[in-house]
Formats: sequence, structure tokens, C-alpha cells
Amino acid sequence: MAFIDYYNILGLDKKATTEDIKKAYRKLARKLHPDLNPNDKEAQKKFQQLNEANAVLSDPEKRKKYDKYGEEWERGEEFEKYQQAQRQPGNRQQSFSGEFSEGDFSDFFSSMFGGQSGRRAQTSYRGQDIQAELQISLEQAYTTHQKTFTINGKNIRITIPAGIAHGQTIKLSGKGGKGVNNGPNGDLYITFTINNTPQFKRVGNDLFTTKEIDLYTAVLGGEITLDTLQEKLKLKVSPGTQNAAKVRLKGKGFPVYKKENQFGDLYVTYQIVIPKELNEKQKQLFTELKKLSK
Amino acid sequence: MEKQTFISIDTICKYHKVTTAFILSLGEFELIDIQVINNEPCILQSQLAEVEKYVRLHNDLEINSEGLSAIFHLIQRLELMQQQITQLKMRLQLYEEQAE
Repeated sequence: MAFIDYYNILGLDKKATTEDIKKAYRKLARKLHPDLNPNDKEAQKKFQQLNEANAVLSDPEKRKKYDKYGEEWERGEEFEKYQQAQRQPGNRQQSFSGEFSEGDFSDFFSSMFGGQSGRRAQTSYRGQDIQAELQISLEQAYTTHQKTFTINGKNIRITIPAGIAHGQTIKLSGKGGKGVNNGPNGDLYITFTINNTPQFKRVGNDLFTTKEIDLYTAVLGGEITLDTLQEKLKLKVSPGTQNAAKVRLKGKGFPVYKKENQFGDLYVTYQIVIPKELNEKQKQLFTELKKLSK
Repeated sequence: MEKQTFISIDTICKYHKVTTAFILSLGEFELIDIQVINNEPCILQSQLAEVEKYVRLHNDLEINSEGLSAIFHLIQRLELMQQQITQLKMRLQLYEEQAE
């Protein structure tokens, strides 16, 4: 278990006064508070460390013990005695509410100071919010579907609306950590990861794809079949279509999130396939074509 | 029609130990929508998480309603920019793959 330098977390040295600690804590808390840093896991982690540092250094008893044993804390003589004292009811200390449970303090803290049970003995607190990530395919994101997964041993079934975006987070109220002392449960935040496929790239509600067409269809025009995420489309290719030409198929892209019957566009880039091996007859005809086009 | 559940501001204030004036000021700054039901100011249950977020910021960081209003607008802009960054990254990836 690694030693944690609480003074360093607060940007202070050992000579810091109680007032210095309070000031440093408030200053950093304003910067790192999870409500001010949505979707920033790093800030959330730092805020938890900050809370822990403050819990130790703003409490004279805890600070004394921390200062006395420092990196040698595991050999602290008073460890057992202190742990017993911590279990006494009413030993409560002020700290930011955040959304923390005992699990939010480090193993180092728990080993040195025991559990946090005394801190919030008579107060109920909202359960911890849980952040989870869920990976779904582009095809799955195209349609509204249900998914069941397990978080903290609980099976959770959710309906994922069509058009959910990569990196989008949805909130399931009350599905997070259990409330403390009859407090309400926290919320569950699910962030979706949706990877593009080799065939389709998604940007917002638009889809991009590449379709190979043969030289003859590109030159003379014709009809081709395109597989989309949902259906097969018949497309007319104009005569004289150039390589890398793009066509936009309005309303054939991705469904717009929570907007029924609204879709983005599908952009198709044509890639013309030049024949590599020609038989004698073909060579002859191409040569004639070449002469004619001079 | 969807059933709506309201929570009285009085209940929220007692639970979170904040003043009624503070919650009402959140309404004045249009951070939450306060409705009067049977002569009692209430909020929709769906807004509770938002209210709790403001209460945490108010209690933890001693930010008043004016400050919360400014923060709310900045966070909205931040979230919009985060969304735009995600979209731009995907668009860039698309062009990079095409260039390869």
C-alpha cells in the first residue's frame, strides 16, 4: 500500500497552519469539484484525494498521527487505540458532501484511520453516482433496443434509443450506489462507446460509405445496389461518374436521437475499379476507344 | 398522459438543510422551474438531481445563486464544446482514413 503525501495534494508543507489547510482545500475544491467538471474522471479522482487529505490534515488528532508516523505509519503504536476511538459514536468531522461512500477513501486512509463510519453517523447521504461504459455496435445504435448488463452484482435492463451517439451519457436515476442511513440511491451514468465499421463511418447523424463501381457503369451510367445499415438501396449512377465522386442520399443516414422518423444523410463515395486483366478482345476494343478519343 | 410527481420545496430544504430563500432564488435565476401546487412551491421530481447539484455547490463551495447561474451557463457551453470535440475528432478520423 503506497504512502500518500497529503501535504503535497494540498500544495502545502508540514508547517502549514489550519487556516492554510482550509484555504488550500477551498481553492482546490473550487477547481476540482465533480459538479464543475462533468465527465472528467481525473478531476473526480483528484477531488476524492483532496477530500481525503483534508479529512486528515484538518483534524488535529489525525494530523498529529499522520505527522508523527508519516511513511512509517504502518508501525504506528497508537493505531489500534485510535481505531477504537474512531468507532465511538459522535466522532464526526466536517467535509464536503460530494457523493462519497467509505469506498471513496484510499486503502492507506482506511488502514491508518479506520473506517469513516463515525464521520456521518447520524446523517443520511445520497448514494454514490456510478459511471459505467457500454460498448455497442453501430448497427445496434441504429435501432432502439434493450440491453441487460450487470453492475455491482445487480442486473440492469435498459432501453437504448436509436441514434445514441458515441460518447453520449445517459442517466438512470436511483440505479447508482445505495444511499447511506436511508438516504436516496445515487444515479447510474452510462457512457456509450460506438465504433465505426469498415463499411460505415458516422459523423453526427450522417453516415459515410465507399462503394466500388466498375469502369463501364462509371462511364456509361447504370444502376447499382447499395447495402445500408437497414436496407438495400438501388442507386442510379450517372454516365461519366468520376472516381471519388460523392453523392448524398438525403434521409438515409443515422436516426436522430429521440426524434421519430428523422434521419441524417448518407454520403456515398464512388471508387471506380479499373480492370486489371484484359482478354485480347477487350484490349482490342480499348485500343479502338483510345484511337477514337484522340 | 404521463403522471408527474412534485416535491415541495419545504421538504427539500428540511432534507438538505438549506433555506427556502436559496431554493426560490434558483427559480428566480431560471436554473430550476418552480411551480405552485396547492399554494405550496414545488419542483418536478425529475429536477431533483439538478437541485441537489446546486445545493452541493452552494454548501460545499459557498457559491451563491448568482455564481451558480454563471457556472450553469459555462457548464452548458463546456458540454456543448465537449460534444463538438467528439464530433470533430470523428470527422478528422474520417479524413485521415481517407488520406491513408
